[in-house]
Amino acid sequence: MTRTGFVIANLFRKKTRTALTILSVIMAFLLFGLLQSVNHVFNAGADFVGATRLVTQARVSFTQPLPLSMVPKLEALPGVARVAYSQWFGGVWQENTPVFVFAVDPLRYHDAYPEYVMAEDRWQAFATTRTAMVAGKQLADHYGWKTGQKIPLSSNIFPQKNGSKAWAFDLVGIYDGKDEDWQKRTNVAFINYDYFDEANQFGKGRVNFYILKLADGARAEAVSKTIDALFENSPDETKTQTEKDFNLGFVKQIGDIGLIVRWILFAVFFTLLLVVGNTMAQSVRERVPELAVLKTLGFSDRSVLGLVFAEASALCLFGGLLGLVLATMLGVMVEKGSGGQFQLRVDAWVWLVGVAAIVLLSVAVGLLPALRARRLKIVDALAGH
Amino acid sequence: MLGQAVAITGINIKSIPQRWGSSLVIVIGLAGVVGVFTALLAMAAGFESTLRATGRNDAVIVMRGGSETELNSALDRDTTELIKQGPGIRAGTDGKPLASAEMMVIAELIRRDDVKNGANITLRGVEPAAFALRPQLRIVAGRSFATGLRELIVGRGVLRQFQGAELGKVVRMRGSNWTVVGVFESGDAHDSELWTDINVARTTFGRSGTSSVLAALDSPGSFDKLKNGLAADPRLSVDVLREQDYFNGQTKQFRATIGFLAGVVTVIMALGAIFAALNSMYAAVATRSKEIATLRALGFGGLPVVVSVMFEALLLALLGGVLGALIAYALFNNFSVSTLGQNFTQVVFNFKVTPELVGRGLLIALIIGMIGGLLPAMRAARLPVTTSLREL
Amino acid sequence: MSELMVQVRSVSKVYQRGKQQIEVLHGLTLDIPKGDFVALMGPSGSGKTTLLNLIGGLDQPTSGEIHVGGRRIDELSSGQLAKWRAHNVGFVFQLYNLMPVLSAERNVELPLLLTKLSSAERKQNVAVALQVVGLADRAKHKPKELSGGQEQRVAIARALVSDPQLLVCDEPTGDLDRKTADEILGLLQVLNREHGKTIVMVTHDPKAAEFARRTLHLEKGQLLEQAA
Repeated sequence: MTRTGFVIANLFRKKTRTALTILSVIMAFLLFGLLQSVNHVFNAGADFVGATRLVTQARVSFTQPLPLSMVPKLEALPGVARVAYSQWFGGVWQENTPVFVFAVDPLRYHDAYPEYVMAEDRWQAFATTRTAMVAGKQLADHYGWKTGQKIPLSSNIFPQKNGSKAWAFDLVGIYDGKDEDWQKRTNVAFINYDYFDEANQFGKGRVNFYILKLADGARAEAVSKTIDALFENSPDETKTQTEKDFNLGFVKQIGDIGLIVRWILFAVFFTLLLVVGNTMAQSVRERVPELAVLKTLGFSDRSVLGLVFAEASALCLFGGLLGLVLATMLGVMVEKGSGGQFQLRVDAWVWLVGVAAIVLLSVAVGLLPALRARRLKIVDALAGH
Repeated sequence: MLGQAVAITGINIKSIPQRWGSSLVIVIGLAGVVGVFTALLAMAAGFESTLRATGRNDAVIVMRGGSETELNSALDRDTTELIKQGPGIRAGTDGKPLASAEMMVIAELIRRDDVKNGANITLRGVEPAAFALRPQLRIVAGRSFATGLRELIVGRGVLRQFQGAELGKVVRMRGSNWTVVGVFESGDAHDSELWTDINVARTTFGRSGTSSVLAALDSPGSFDKLKNGLAADPRLSVDVLREQDYFNGQTKQFRATIGFLAGVVTVIMALGAIFAALNSMYAAVATRSKEIATLRALGFGGLPVVVSVMFEALLLALLGGVLGALIAYALFNNFSVSTLGQNFTQVVFNFKVTPELVGRGLLIALIIGMIGGLLPAMRAARLPVTTSLREL
Repeated sequence: MSELMVQVRSVSKVYQRGKQQIEVLHGLTLDIPKGDFVALMGPSGSGKTTLLNLIGGLDQPTSGEIHVGGRRIDELSSGQLAKWRAHNVGFVFQLYNLMPVLSAERNVELPLLLTKLSSAERKQNVAVALQVVGLADRAKHKPKELSGGQEQRVAIARALVSDPQLLVCDEPTGDLDRKTADEILGLLQVLNREHGKTIVMVTHDPKAAEFARRTLHLEKGQLLEQAA
């Protein structure tokens, strides 16, 4: 036996109590893992996009499209390496399942997003086939689309010139992401802008977004200001930001997710503190004579404090790690089950914060009982019987 | 049996202060579960009630076929006129059909709590009939806009969540200046909107059609008459929805998301609370095993013991549930927030802690209390009398 | 005369109970030579347990000196006392104070966790201690699986395992029946006569005191002289 063995043996003292306490801790950290990963995805997931792209939209709202006549002006700007554009198609799969579909100029988009990986001949096919469509791997896998199929989609905004909302596209390729972060973003399909603009009833050469690939990311702010100044006081005033800021701004519109998550977790941990703290307090209270005996054997006050702390930490560590593992597994299941629609990856960052929380919890619940154990006077405790 | 149960329960309850640590665990644990549950669903309830209040069932919204939301819909002038002539539409005081062509434009304002990012809100261009069609809408400050001028009236909700749109201020949209001349209140989703004259909006923003037509039915039953009548016209491809149903449908996504979130969070928290409650009740039973054994030795039956333990668990759970509901109410009821609506514009709404919600929360508390008390209660009843007495 | 194991010089102990000061021991002086087996007797409140606690280094006197094994222990800090106890004293209490979660051999191993012995060495010492008290075959049993007498033997084994020179016993047979008590006291005698342990034992049972070499009586915090 070692001191660790002794600590663990003490946890088995009241098996039911220990088990139930650990289960409570597991539940708390399961929730913690899930909520923090949701929060993280919403608020911090924009970092990987890098600062080399700008997004230009109409100043008021991106639902107000900008004219294609802006392209040459944008291309002429110093610092702009490539100009791409995209238009929201409003795609609907089968009855009423929304899918993310954008009409783009294939080659321009390919240049602007080297992170999307697909064989070159596929990009060429996309560019040369008018009714072509390319779909992201997550999207294609979810609906079972295969290259070469004709994919019927309808649009809830744009009818064809004959009035029908039904469209059909030839799937010429499936693209993937260059790394894990980008692979998470393969739930979008792209169609040919030229075809779309010509074939839709309201086609008039307008796009929701301009995506500008910069020659030098450091000049992002300067170029943004230049673009917006260029179109100020025109009927098509623009708002230009880095892609990262654009993503963040969008999330902000949904609401302060972080605040909600924090409130919930606060309530959860406050309760958990009480639950585990109560268990520890009971455990120490019951063992006053035993702790006194340890001291008679020669265990110092400090080492008895350490034993109690170790016990509290063991409870929290075991339950906390199990909870985080469960959260990770659940996150993977949710992601697979929704075909990439719900990105719920419990990643390294969440684990880091989780472990920090475990440590904090251990200290909080172990402190008072451990101090009590340290202060215990042998003669008083033993005189108790 | 009842007398025995009451007697034992009385002893149990009186001894709770001795076990205040464990008892507090149940109360606080349940407070947490019910509090979070109530707060989350109050968000959904508030959003829903704001949108549900919007719209009557004797008015219809007509949009372009398949657009699902006003933002996606675009009708041209001719179509708009044809719709207004549809069968079943009530005539207004001037003898003309009581219908308002309306155009949605997205505008941007700065939020009060986040000055860096603007947020989108709806600018609705309307015809004069719009006011007659919405009797619940009243101007509460200033005056209505004058036709032909770039003037705005803003909803109360806009003022709550955004800045720069107060009475007298000038709002800049798309290179043009608009003056806020009045504030209106309608108690529904329109409170999140800016209103102006549709013709001024058209010319300023270079649009020629409308987004939708709002029309009053001459009777709620005329809905089918209008719907079929418009469907029969080969020149038209439109969707006809009761105004109420339209706005109800707008909340589906949000309610589904929040409902899912609340469900997951509550289930996990409830499980945690059950474990904590079990822990506390097992401890409660253990500390009183001698008393229980003594009572049994004296002749009290097993069932009264079970009942008394269950009662204690339920009482503590209920206390916790009430506490949680109270906290949720105190902190969140009528708390104003806004989120992204279907048109990618902000909808302002308040948290709404409804009695139904509180009822559901308390029910959850009772269920948790029941589960948390059952197993320990059974253990208490089955305690071998002699073993427990020996521990004395 | 062989060296002194315990020297108590004019020791007083005063307790604070609320606002009152209670003097439990008054200027007590006492010698215990090595290899002695002393029984401390007296009515309740006489201070015998207090004296025992002071000799065993569980508490500090208010005034006076205490030397044990040639070392002055009344001025040690609580941390130093803890270290000292681990190597120099073994305790046996009335209610066995074994850890219910540990088996007999792990209970006996506890004091050795404070030493630098390896796991194998610890196991060996434990085996020897259990052998001496005659419980080698019960090594893996938990306290609740042992009889009262057996638990007390485990406690004695634990007191012996670090090989201290002094054994301090507080009513070691108070909770046992006559027959079992005699067995335990017989074991203590063996430890004293064959293994040379100095034993100080508090008891209220005259029959138990007969097993000791001499008996000292305390009354109201002072020694009444008597020799066995």
